Amino acid sequence: MTATRTTPTATAAPPTRRRAELGLLLLAVLIVVAAEAAVQGARAGHISLNLITFAGVTLLAGLAAHLVIRWVAPYADPVLMPCAILLNGLGLVMIDRLDHGLAIQAQNNGGSVPAAAAPTQVWWTGLGILLFIAILLIVRDHRALARYAYTLALVGLFLLILPAVLPARFSEINGARIWILVAGFSIQPAEFAKILLTIFAAAYLVTKRDVLSLAGRRFLGIDLPRGRDFGPLLLAWVICLAVLIRGHDLGTSLLFFGVFVVLLYVATERISWVIVGTLLFAGGAYLAYQLFANVRTRVTVWLDVFHYTDGVGYQVSQSLFGLGTGGLFGTGLGVGHPEIVPLPATDFILTSFGEELGLFGLVALLVIYVLFVERGFAAGLAVRDTFGKLLATGLSFLIGLQLFVVAAGVSRLLPETGLTTPFLSYGGSSLLANYALLALLLRISDAARRPSPQRPVTSTPPPRPAEVVPA
Amino acid sequence: MNKHIRRVAIAVGVLMVALFLNLNFVQVVKGDDYRNNSANRRVILTEYASPRGQIVVDGKAVAESVATSDELKYVRKYPSGPVYAPLTGYYSLVYDKSELEKAEDQVLSGSDPRMFGSRIADILTGRSLKGGSLNLTINNAAQQAAFQGLGNRRGAVVAIDPTTGAILAAASSPSYDPTTLSSHNTVAIQQSWQTLLDDKNQPLLNRALNQSYPPGSIFKVVVSAAALKNGKKPSDRIAAPDVLKLPGTASATMHNFNNERCGDGKTDTLDHALTISCNTAFGQLGIDLGQQQVEAEAELFGMNNESRTVPIPVAPSTMGEVDNDANLAQASIGQFNVQMTPLQAAMLSAAVANNGTLMTPYLVQQERAPDLSVLKTAVPEQLDSVLDSNQAGELQSMMENVVTKGTGTAAQIPGVKVGGKTGTADNGPVDANGGYVNAPHAWFTGFALDPTHPIAIAVVLENAGVTGSESAGGTAAAPLARMVMQAYLADTRGR
Repeated sequence: MTATRTTPTATAAPPTRRRAELGLLLLAVLIVVAAEAAVQGARAGHISLNLITFAGVTLLAGLAAHLVIRWVAPYADPVLMPCAILLNGLGLVMIDRLDHGLAIQAQNNGGSVPAAAAPTQVWWTGLGILLFIAILLIVRDHRALARYAYTLALVGLFLLILPAVLPARFSEINGARIWILVAGFSIQPAEFAKILLTIFAAAYLVTKRDVLSLAGRRFLGIDLPRGRDFGPLLLAWVICLAVLIRGHDLGTSLLFFGVFVVLLYVATERISWVIVGTLLFAGGAYLAYQLFANVRTRVTVWLDVFHYTDGVGYQVSQSLFGLGTGGLFGTGLGVGHPEIVPLPATDFILTSFGEELGLFGLVALLVIYVLFVERGFAAGLAVRDTFGKLLATGLSFLIGLQLFVVAAGVSRLLPETGLTTPFLSYGGSSLLANYALLALLLRISDAARRPSPQRPVTSTPPPRPAEVVPA
Repeated sequence: MNKHIRRVAIAVGVLMVALFLNLNFVQVVKGDDYRNNSANRRVILTEYASPRGQIVVDGKAVAESVATSDELKYVRKYPSGPVYAPLTGYYSLVYDKSELEKAEDQVLSGSDPRMFGSRIADILTGRSLKGGSLNLTINNAAQQAAFQGLGNRRGAVVAIDPTTGAILAAASSPSYDPTTLSSHNTVAIQQSWQTLLDDKNQPLLNRALNQSYPPGSIFKVVVSAAALKNGKKPSDRIAAPDVLKLPGTASATMHNFNNERCGDGKTDTLDHALTISCNTAFGQLGIDLGQQQVEAEAELFGMNNESRTVPIPVAPSTMGEVDNDANLAQASIGQFNVQMTPLQAAMLSAAVANNGTLMTPYLVQQERAPDLSVLKTAVPEQLDSVLDSNQAGELQSMMENVVTKGTGTAAQIPGVKVGGKTGTADNGPVDANGGYVNAPHAWFTGFALDPTHPIAIAVVLENAGVTGSESAGGTAAAPLARMVMQAYLADTRGR
């Protein structure tokens, strides 16, 4: 790169910022090590090798990702990957800490100790990074994805429908039929489906955006879409409702619909789609409330949680107690009792952090997500092709909306819906899917900053960016 | 298109701001509310994270926190278990806490404001927070003798130092081991609890402090005091008919046990009426004194107090509603609606033994901070002046006569002046013939006037008598009182 600087010609390529990424990665690993050290410090006399394990896992995963990015996506955004590694590492620390707490709780209750989740999550982290690398290697140009849009959509729908048509013993956990249970593994296909369907939506809207943005009737100063163009939105709505009906999966259907409406808005540049979408969502929500007892229960709990502290509201009320106990600064990592809240490592892992790190720690976590999401939007803004813009926007919004729905659920801003927290929560499907999402965002951000191969100012073709650095 | 992507990004930002505001509300504004909510299990878990202070009797811990290897870092143990259960109470994950564990929780947990300084020091130096300890007034020898003496009978023993009000013993039987309710295994705790609840003998009931019984004839001490205060002398003759017709009723009468005769069948001396526990004499004496006099005297002895704490809350001892002279006659021999705790019964003798001055009963001699510095040492306080010292001396002699030649001879201790009063109290439901279904409770209240270590005592044994016999108080309760007093005197001899 020094060579490019000493020869100030028009061929000057933008900095790759890979060193910044490496620095941020090391910082992320350092934070994970500090967190694990805090947990072990609080658990005096229980020094374990986890410090080395978690430091090693995050460092190796991050370095592998870093090297592959250097190789195949050198202009990619330097912040996204370290953010993901940091969240993944902190998740590991918390999951291990919860293993310990849950084991003691089980002993005290005279029950059998549940299997430790952290070692499994270490394996999932490794697999997630492999998937990440594979996607970066295979998808050299994100625009290629648009060509397979319909195939991907079919796969997505198939994944989505599969648990619903499988017998309950292959698909049901805790009353939600959203799993595929094979050979001791539990896979949540919706996690993958949401990415595949986002890719499809982006590709579909690229081709249809001109038609869909045609104005129909004008109503209250807003141009409504033409009646015949409602088809795709209604189809998405029906699919989401179907997911809800078969799987009792409130969160996922909210995510799908939210992402689709936002992409429709960005593609057509018409706010009317958002209004129509919101109305449809409200209708769907009302229908769900009327039809499903579990949706009614969640709303009832949401409205008056402290009336049900011993029963249906136990989980949410204990979550609020955990957050309140954490207060401003938290009890300290390893010192609180996040294991009291049922599902502390999956749906309620944010509560676990909120209790032990307080408002400050939890908001810091949220800021990491905000950074991640805004970097994703930035890639969408910078990339030149419409498909890339829509895909980056869709994927970033997916993470942002999912985080919001989860955090709002555990803090009773909204009814609790039962979604995982991206990168942080225990769960293989969630982790793999989010690493896949990360790979796609990096691919788009690389395309956004990669110098264009045809530069109008020079007559000679510029060197390929990868070969810029002289020996 | 970029403009719209930016708008979406801003929308996500708005959602995050909403989250941020809501988290501020949940974690800061409502934080204290949630932190201390009774449904928040973390409250108790935090308590378990630091060692709770000891409860100490005669230099030995009867309740202590022992370090464990699990996440609840300390577990509460009660080395003498059932002997001290009515005093220590339990400290349970599931069922909160009771007795001193509850009443002195601030000291034991270390949250007492007086320990604020040492808590700050602990935080700064990184030491774990500790609770303060309690030194009790209990005499281990007396407490052990009381508990062993009760054996498998249902009942209670309370002993007081009459000069200070310090409680020397408070035993209840049957008892339970609080350790079983204070483990970390919630299932085992629930099982133990259920077993204790299912036991028809109610081992969880603190009979020494929290159960009141009809006092029967020991209430005659109160009526005697009222009479002395109204100018009667022990040698004065009072009406003592064989049968007392209850005024205002058609045919209701009061008899003596086995229809025995007091004095000459018409009158008896006040002294002798107490010695032989003459019902008709005290029934009439109560009527003559009037309800106000009797109740006023009872209140001077500490009755009708709803809020006594030692610092364990004590069940009230009450005179009950008295509507007419017939009721008053019944109440004057400790029946009708009169109810008394064993502690109150001991206070009767304590006041008499302390020359008419009733001291406030207390259980905690010293509260100490974790560094063993003394937070508070108990200062004996006068509760009431029940009688002047002349009248008290007269009542002492009368009660001594009960032991030397009356119903309470079983309480005699060679070489020590012992006084007392027996009681055999009818209780519970009545059958078709007007007889009581359950056997009467046996009572004894008394004192041993050792010059250096006087002791006042009360013993109750539930349903220990034989229906229609006056002897239970003297045969069952008095010997136990003697044993406990002797154990105390032997233990303190030479101190």
